[in-house]
Amino acid sequence: MSTVTNYTRTFEDFSGTGLSNDFMPVRKEAFKRFSAKGFPTTKDEEWKYTNIAAVAAGEFRPTESTNTVSLAAIDPFLLAGTSIHRLVFINGNYVEALSNVKALPAGVIFGKLSENRTHSAVKKHLAAIAGKSSGAMVDLNTAFIAEGAFVFVPANVCIDEPVHLLFVNDTTAHPTMVSPRNLFVAETGAKVQIIESFHSIGTVNHGFTNAVTEVVTEKNALLDLTKVQLENSAAYHIGFTAARQHSQSEFHITTITLDGAIVRNNLNILLAEEHCTAYLYGLYCVNGNQLVDNHSLVDHAVPNCQSNELYKGIIDEKGQGVFNGKIFVRKDAQKTNAYQSNKNILLSDDASMNTKPQLEIFADDVKCSHGTTTGQLDEEALFYLRSRGIGEDNAKAFLNTAFAGDVIQKIAFEPLRDRLMEMMQKKLKRQSL
Amino acid sequence: MLTIKNLHARIEEKEILRGLSLDIKPGEVHAIMGPNGSGKSTLASVLAGREDYEVTDGTISFNNEDLLEMSPEDRARKGLFLAFQYPVEIPGVSNANFLKTAVNEIRKSRGQEAMDSKDFLAMMKEKMKLVEMDKAMTQRSVNEGFSGGEKKRNEVFQMAMLEPSLCVLDETDSGLDIDALRIVANGVNALRDKNRSFVVITHYQRLLDYIVPDVVHVLYKGRIVKTGTKELALELEEKGYDWIKEEVESAAI
Ligand SMILES: Nc1ncnc2c1ncn2[C@@H]1O[C@H](COP(=O)(O)OP(=O)(O)O)[C@@H](O)[C@H]1O
Ligand SMILES: [Mg+2]
Repeated sequence: MSTVTNYTRTFEDFSGTGLSNDFMPVRKEAFKRFSAKGFPTTKDEEWKYTNIAAVAAGEFRPTESTNTVSLAAIDPFLLAGTSIHRLVFINGNYVEALSNVKALPAGVIFGKLSENRTHSAVKKHLAAIAGKSSGAMVDLNTAFIAEGAFVFVPANVCIDEPVHLLFVNDTTAHPTMVSPRNLFVAETGAKVQIIESFHSIGTVNHGFTNAVTEVVTEKNALLDLTKVQLENSAAYHIGFTAARQHSQSEFHITTITLDGAIVRNNLNILLAEEHCTAYLYGLYCVNGNQLVDNHSLVDHAVPNCQSNELYKGIIDEKGQGVFNGKIFVRKDAQKTNAYQSNKNILLSDDASMNTKPQLEIFADDVKCSHGTTTGQLDEEALFYLRSRGIGEDNAKAFLNTAFAGDVIQKIAFEPLRDRLMEMMQKKLKRQSL
Repeated sequence: MLTIKNLHARIEEKEILRGLSLDIKPGEVHAIMGPNGSGKSTLASVLAGREDYEVTDGTISFNNEDLLEMSPEDRARKGLFLAFQYPVEIPGVSNANFLKTAVNEIRKSRGQEAMDSKDFLAMMKEKMKLVEMDKAMTQRSVNEGFSGGEKKRNEVFQMAMLEPSLCVLDETDSGLDIDALRIVANGVNALRDKNRSFVVITHYQRLLDYIVPDVVHVLYKGRIVKTGTKELALELEEKGYDWIKEEVESAAI
């Protein structure tokens, strides 16, 4: 357990926000749980291929002072040509001057969590969707609860324009730990689109982002979330997104990972009431020495729900990809439809992919399917393109874009889609993002 | 334009072309006929630069340059075009987008400016008429879900768009009904001019009624064993290939 000593000191020194104070007992308990478990190691089945010893051994600390990052510095992270609502968090702290939340219908909140700590939805759901049994990394995040985004859309309100939440880890001063804690609640019949993007400034020190996002979709609600991981090659990113869906609600989540040294995206969806639909899409472009691990769990707890999952990966150079997709269909969850597919392309001999679908089905009247493929680029197609005068690199980019593009095409907001297409193409050409 | 001398090529240890020679002048149309497995597609693949084939001997000169030294894309940029026997389906890549890239890469290699969208669309529209292609086909993914005939028309359409100087057609007639055959052949004939040469590979004489060749060669066991005029094709149609095989076998004794 020696690995947690760094973090014990850090925990004791941490003062946080008013929210941190309110949650002191919860935080203390969470830290106790974390200390008892320690960081996961590769001996843990769930972390078999993802070694985070560097995170455990690192001297990462939170930054509590408000930073002096300028608007110009975050400009490249914004969606050019749009003026959508945005909340900017630098090293976990909300920065008003960089944010831009426009007028909203009554009751809608796009704000910081600490300011809304007495909101009934915060009291009800925070640390309840991702709770005690969500693993050591969630415990560590809970121990450092201080700030994050709170998105709340009351009953029957539809917001057309997405809200962009930017999380920037500035590691210029020291190796930085950031523990954003977000809560998104769409009440009955509400609709909202959310973009979470993660970025970094500075490459001298490592950054460690340990993010937790809790999502609740009430009856008939639709919540569309796109998570974009763009922290740089000095970044360790561990994210946990947990959603609970109530009857007839829809949850769309697209997880795009284009950068980072070690990235672990956990996604747990609980289909808690009937006639819910969940769409899980993922894309990872991995090269250099990157490791990207996507772990998902869809829990069909009740009958008549549907889940659709498609993850695609392109792995180049010495990149490593990991996919683990669990689907649980509980005994009572008859008439479940659950589909899962994971497709990968390895572009080099050193690239690797570990993929594991895990379906545990206890009901008998269900439609479930899963498939995984890992292969090389289609040589016939490549030759065909080249025989028309298209250079080899360009031809490969064509094929990779076609392969991965259909995941990006699922994203509803066009400026985001275009931006990600462009960045993916850069990544495939091994350019810096 | 194209001079092949004593070409030997193999795939997976199996020698397929065994001393093939051919000389094609600008504007000429050469038909290559031969029984299945004689090496016709192998010749086409070696010309286009498919890497699975290993050239063990011989030379190919294309406009006085060493073709075998060039990458497949460079061959295309220098004016060689292969209409595939089996065109490849490429899901997710639109025909129009793919062709625009190809046209502009070829233009770039010739020091020409990239074509803008307006000019490109106008050019597409004009060339589509050649093979009676409709607009929907250009917007679909390359060859995806195309019928056999549509795939072959798409090959000729691409050929028209890229304006090559040497066109190699590998069994562009196979799998076509008579109407489709006429459309494809008309498209090819419209592209004939005094500077553009054709190698028309076919198993049947039928196509040569429409695309009338200057020279007809018979390829057998990796060599050109007979060369003649278009009457040779008619003779083959009538008598089959057995007499050629016999001639070759008895000469070998
Ligand atoms: N990939 C391959 N591996 C092994 N043999 C091959 C391969 N491709 C073609 N061949 C063989 O090469 C010979 C010539 O084939 P091909 O050039 O396709 O003939 P044609 O087009 O005249 O029918 C045939 O015997 C065929 O079986
Ligand atoms: Mg053939």
